[in-house]
Amino acid sequence: MESQTPMQFLNQAIEFEALADHAVPTYAACVDEAELLAFCDAAHAGGRRIVALWGSDERNREARLGFALHVAFDLAEGLACLTLPLSAEAPVFPDLCARFPAVNRMQRAVMDMIGARPASGDVRPWLRHANWPADYHPLRSDVPDTQHATQNEEYAFVRVEGDGVHEVPVGPIHAGIIEPGHFRFSVMGENVLRLEQRLGWKHKGIERRFAGMGLGEGVCLAGRVSGDSTVAYAWAYSQAAEAIGAVAPPPRALWLRALLLERERIVNHLGDLGYLGNDVALAFGLMQFMRLKEDWVRLNARLFGHRFMMDRIVPGGVTVDLDDAGAHAIFTQCEALESELRTLKNIYDEHAGLQDRFLTTGRVTPQLAKLLGVIGLAGRASAQHWDLRCNHACAPYDQLTPRIAIERNGDVAARAQVRFTEIKESLHLIRKILREIPVGEVRCEVRSEADKRGLGWIEGWRGDILVAVETGTDGKIRRCHCHDPSWQNWPALEHAVIDNIVPDFPLINKSFNLSYAGPDL
Amino acid sequence: MFPMLRQILRNGIVTEPAPDADIALRVTAQRLSEAMLAQLGRALVIRHVDAGSCNACELEIHALNNPYYNLEALGIKFAASPRHADMLLVTGPVAKNMEIAVKRAYDATPEPRLVVAVGDCGCTGGIFGESYASCGRVANVIPVDVCIPGCPPTPLQLMQGILAALAADRKQAEQE
Repeated sequence: MESQTPMQFLNQAIEFEALADHAVPTYAACVDEAELLAFCDAAHAGGRRIVALWGSDERNREARLGFALHVAFDLAEGLACLTLPLSAEAPVFPDLCARFPAVNRMQRAVMDMIGARPASGDVRPWLRHANWPADYHPLRSDVPDTQHATQNEEYAFVRVEGDGVHEVPVGPIHAGIIEPGHFRFSVMGENVLRLEQRLGWKHKGIERRFAGMGLGEGVCLAGRVSGDSTVAYAWAYSQAAEAIGAVAPPPRALWLRALLLERERIVNHLGDLGYLGNDVALAFGLMQFMRLKEDWVRLNARLFGHRFMMDRIVPGGVTVDLDDAGAHAIFTQCEALESELRTLKNIYDEHAGLQDRFLTTGRVTPQLAKLLGVIGLAGRASAQHWDLRCNHACAPYDQLTPRIAIERNGDVAARAQVRFTEIKESLHLIRKILREIPVGEVRCEVRSEADKRGLGWIEGWRGDILVAVETGTDGKIRRCHCHDPSWQNWPALEHAVIDNIVPDFPLINKSFNLSYAGPDL
Repeated sequence: MFPMLRQILRNGIVTEPAPDADIALRVTAQRLSEAMLAQLGRALVIRHVDAGSCNACELEIHALNNPYYNLEALGIKFAASPRHADMLLVTGPVAKNMEIAVKRAYDATPEPRLVVAVGDCGCTGGIFGESYASCGRVANVIPVDVCIPGCPPTPLQLMQGILAALAADRKQAEQE
């Protein structure tokens, strides 16, 4: 497919180039500051959203270039990526938080990693704690990869003052088996007045690690950005790599990818429903759902050789295939799970204690969700209609036609309900895949091309994951940015807990179940 | 209430026999005397510390308490504070941002203070290695007794490694 004639969107006079070989229609344009701001205004007015925002060092591409800010938008027509060139000497970009508050932390990450800062607004560090100097920007191509002495950080939390207000600091190491993060609660009695998150503890230099990797090699690292979404990341990365290599994987490979992705969705939803039960002292729920989850991952191991299906999706296709016996085993398992789920759903629905804790707890109203730009599963529980599988269905979802799961109450109960509905829908999709999957090859060769970019975009169980890859003159990865949906949804959790009691925080947190590893990178 | 009881009865007890310790996972000689090991038995309390994992290891550590593996039935349970723990179960390469927290958790843990490094990242630094943001393997930050490789290690491998920390070394056992 050749590049098409320039396109325009949202009545803006910006000429976009259609990027060839992308699974979802993808457009790119270079803009100036005024154009970017005008496009943000138009996108906001049109009810669209920012998918991701990241920076890059362009100086090693061409001497006259400086840095660049990339902003990807979800438009009705597909994915639109705007690039704002920034000067090498004083890289500053406009603060986009006024229209899209969810980009606050992304902007601060750009500041830490690239050294380009927002012109106004919040400029506290985000991924940088005090463990490397403020003028060390690890994604600049001319700085060495060196370790610095670790120090305690004095972070400027927003203080809540007044009689009887006290702070409860929690973390980075939490009480349960969970990832590290710091939560600063300002409370009055039992009630939470304000929660402020300080994340970034798991930052381990993934983006710098990508630089110089072969296109085929990078998929293993992408699959370990957030382990619970390894299938979604590997698929998104592979889409980007396939766009660069200008190949389309065989149809059977795409159907198998969808099978793995829906299985991943079910694994995580089952675990969450169990833990939600546990957090309201219904250990029965945890044990039942954990048993179902274990059955599910064991079949993954038996059929695909890995309990969480890591490294099964690669650029060009998949490394596994499914025979009739395997398909039969999945069919049987789907039937069994559906029946068990019906029983457990009834028990949850009828359990007064559980419902009392779930209902109205941790509410994010549809208005607030829209304002904050909540996406994915949590967004759908607050009536936000974002689901790539429905809105921008790439193959095979264009033929599977999944139904979007929408709830309006935005409380813990709604987020639990979305999970129940989505498991049911995924079971339906899996059976449809098994019935209609085309025969043929499952993998083709992908060769990297120099100086090319590709974007991959997949609806993981938590929300949509974007992977943007650029190759250098040697065909190896020059820049790879992986975007986790938790970037958008963490700030919503701060709002969801307001006026709830501190003991309900674990329950509310679990109902979002956001990734720490994913956005910490 | 009845649907719950019916569901419990219908499924029965699914717990499988626990695996044996895999002493090959030990990276240091057993520091605990026979008498102490006998005293401890399997009554072990673990504090899990995620030092920077991708979170897949956490999924498998969670699975240890599902009805199939039922770790708690062996007398092994997880605690909320390192001060209540005999063992730290550490996942991930140690992110630079977590270095101080990991050291503090170690300092807060009373003796015998067993440390088990979990996963390829915990054992070697894995795919993330050492960098401006990563200290690499757990042993680069605190002393480690047992390394459980895998990406992620399965629940059975985790059990074999945790039990290895409580097992007498072969040499030690032979001398008895």
